[in-house]
Amino acid sequence: MRLPTWLAQHLAALRALLVLTVLLGLAYPLAMVAVGQLPGLRDRAGDTRLIGQAFTDADGNPVRRYFQSRPSAAGDGYDPTATSASNLGPESLDLLNDVCARSKAIGELEGVDGRRPFCTGDGVGAVLAVFRRDGFTGPVTRVVSVDQTGTPFLAAYEGVPVESAKEGEDYVALGGVITPIRGDAPAEPRVPADAVTASGSGLDPHISPAYAALQVPRVARERGIAEDAVRRLVAENTDGRALGFMGEPAVNVLELNLALDGA
Amino acid sequence: MAGWIFAGTLALAVAAAYRPFGDYLFRVVTGTRSSVVERGVYRLVGVNPAAEQTWGVYARSALAFSAVSILFLYLFLRVQDKLWLSLGLPAVTDHIAWNTAVSFVTNTNWQAYAGESTMGHLVQMSGLAVQNFVSASVGIAVAVALIRGFSRRTLGNFWVDLIRITLRVLLPICVVATIVFLAAGMVQNLSGGTDVTTLTGATQHITGGPVASQEAIKELGTNGGGFYNTNSAHPFENPTTWTNWLQIFLILLIPFSLPRVFGRMVGQNRQGYAIVAVMAVLALGSIALTVGFEIHGAGTVPQAAGAAMEGKEVRFGVPDSAVFAATTTLTSTGAVDSFHDSYTALGGMMPMVNMMLGEVAPGGVGSGLYGLLVLAIITVFVAGLMVGRTPEYLGKKIGAREIKLASLYFLVTPALVLIGTAAAFATGNNTTALNAGPHGLSEVLYAFTSAANNNGSAFGGITVNTGWWDTALGLAMLLGRFLPMVLVLALAGSLVRQKSVPASEGTLPTHQPLFVAMVVGVTVVLVALTFLPALALGPLAEGLS
Repeated sequence: MRLPTWLAQHLAALRALLVLTVLLGLAYPLAMVAVGQLPGLRDRAGDTRLIGQAFTDADGNPVRRYFQSRPSAAGDGYDPTATSASNLGPESLDLLNDVCARSKAIGELEGVDGRRPFCTGDGVGAVLAVFRRDGFTGPVTRVVSVDQTGTPFLAAYEGVPVESAKEGEDYVALGGVITPIRGDAPAEPRVPADAVTASGSGLDPHISPAYAALQVPRVARERGIAEDAVRRLVAENTDGRALGFMGEPAVNVLELNLALDGA
Repeated sequence: MAGWIFAGTLALAVAAAYRPFGDYLFRVVTGTRSSVVERGVYRLVGVNPAAEQTWGVYARSALAFSAVSILFLYLFLRVQDKLWLSLGLPAVTDHIAWNTAVSFVTNTNWQAYAGESTMGHLVQMSGLAVQNFVSASVGIAVAVALIRGFSRRTLGNFWVDLIRITLRVLLPICVVATIVFLAAGMVQNLSGGTDVTTLTGATQHITGGPVASQEAIKELGTNGGGFYNTNSAHPFENPTTWTNWLQIFLILLIPFSLPRVFGRMVGQNRQGYAIVAVMAVLALGSIALTVGFEIHGAGTVPQAAGAAMEGKEVRFGVPDSAVFAATTTLTSTGAVDSFHDSYTALGGMMPMVNMMLGEVAPGGVGSGLYGLLVLAIITVFVAGLMVGRTPEYLGKKIGAREIKLASLYFLVTPALVLIGTAAAFATGNNTTALNAGPHGLSEVLYAFTSAANNNGSAFGGITVNTGWWDTALGLAMLLGRFLPMVLVLALAGSLVRQKSVPASEGTLPTHQPLFVAMVVGVTVVLVALTFLPALALGPLAEGLS
């Protein structure tokens, strides 16, 4: 019996798929598992020190004798079973609040100025909802600091006194135009960018050399050792750019903290 | 500065590979001898490798293979809980299984799921990763069939192309790349993971899996589907600054070398150089803009933070992450080493624009070349209109039938993107976007742009594992892959029937800088006319306000 052409074609397709599945879906990956067991590769492949950790206590507070990792959006932080980025956009007010709050907290932890552009002194976004007579144009009729329920960061905007926000009010829906205020914080804040932003993976094992340098005095003080000794360990655990131009210099926080514990 | 050197060395490496690797690809697709293994496979599949196919049979073979693949993968996902290495994970739900099956068979690798909490190891390596290989081969095969429409009297045999490209090109390179990745620290085991105690006494579950072998084909086949949710940002998928470079190189290797195959097959290497020049101009321009926008770091949050570091890894930094974002969307890859949703408004617009170009610079493996050849045909036609004569390309007349097929090809993806985006808003499904305002529109627009162009990257804040989104994006991926593919094969069938006409004085030379500039112009103008209104409501509104 001769099969109809369309059926013969699909049977050939099925046979091709099965053959290729055995070859590409079993033989290839399993052979590579075996190769990964060879001496020389065995100790390198799947090194757990590539995966970042949170150096916080059970309540999520920084353990002061350890260098701190970056913020993480993976589960409750550094959870390899739920890797994630925040995915919040460049104008997201939620993300701005996160950045401002982190900067304030890190500033206090390290004893430096935690102010940044577009952030209030109390660690939220410096964002106004500006109401104008004709929507987007005309004189300002009302101004609300959308993230502050206490004293607004600004007394007046274009001559109109700034109100504090009330719980549950949606000022965008009411017709306010969201207006972030730059403020007078230095353009290069003391707390570096990587310290206040979440990584893509949520498992970033690294911090920038600048963020490590910021943490050196605290860690040295907590451990009762010289800052120079800590700086030396930071340098030893800094990965430079591969071939001098790939990526950015980065400090592996886990290896650094392990080295500190071993010192 | 280091970032520009990073991009420059990649360009040099891809340029250096063009001739030797392109020549190797040429020998693979034009060779007449079969190896012992290949003969065995042909026998098992039951095909005669010497049989030539018409365009209809070639198309039906490709479609039958893809249809069987979707069905097989769907069933695989639906029963994964009963199989070996499922890690105790449940069966994948029906709409995610449909979406994922279509996604991997269409070379899209859009992921409506998080790998580490959805997929067992068997379904990853024997289901998803197999499609990473074969969907790439199908794309290259169709591109080669189109070239044969110009260069030969017959189109070849789909099964031979599929098997040869898989076994002689993709598999050997992947074996080497996997071993390099293992040395860099990537994981490759069948373990369900291990619990470690952190320095502060908490427990952390370190995941395992056959990751390295999947990474190699993820990049080489311009697939992009990550083993883990965070793709090439994850330290196990991209451990070092140099694996980042290598992954981008693997992404670009095949798409940028295929014009060499084109040039050699049509017997004029300069025609290949013209096509690769179009790709290079568009790619270099796009990479420079993306890196520039990200380094500049405009926008409230990037300025508050001091750099556009949200969603980026410290080891890669801002410029190298931006190079990855540009290349993954200039090709149909969609792997990410940083999260585009948190990019600056204009930096995040560039990946969208790259996809809207139709992914032709250099595009996905195979699909990039056939997409650009369609644009070249449209350019020849536009040029012919200017001087009032019947256009021809490589000795083949571009008549009514050819230009109809080329125009229909071009219209498929914009129609899917714009109708899909409008449908999401009309039905209220846009509310699953994470971000508010113009950025929320960008998330919806990005999703359909990515699906219809078979890219697979996302503005990841949007929730897309609902029934509506899985179904709609599944359809966009399916139609965005196979409608253009059938149209290309019909075009090949139409060209292959024509006798070649000798070039005359009135023939537009298609190997000179003038033609390269015209193709670039036509590509950019078509995209701008189609998508500028949509972009104005999303990233442009966000970035310029």
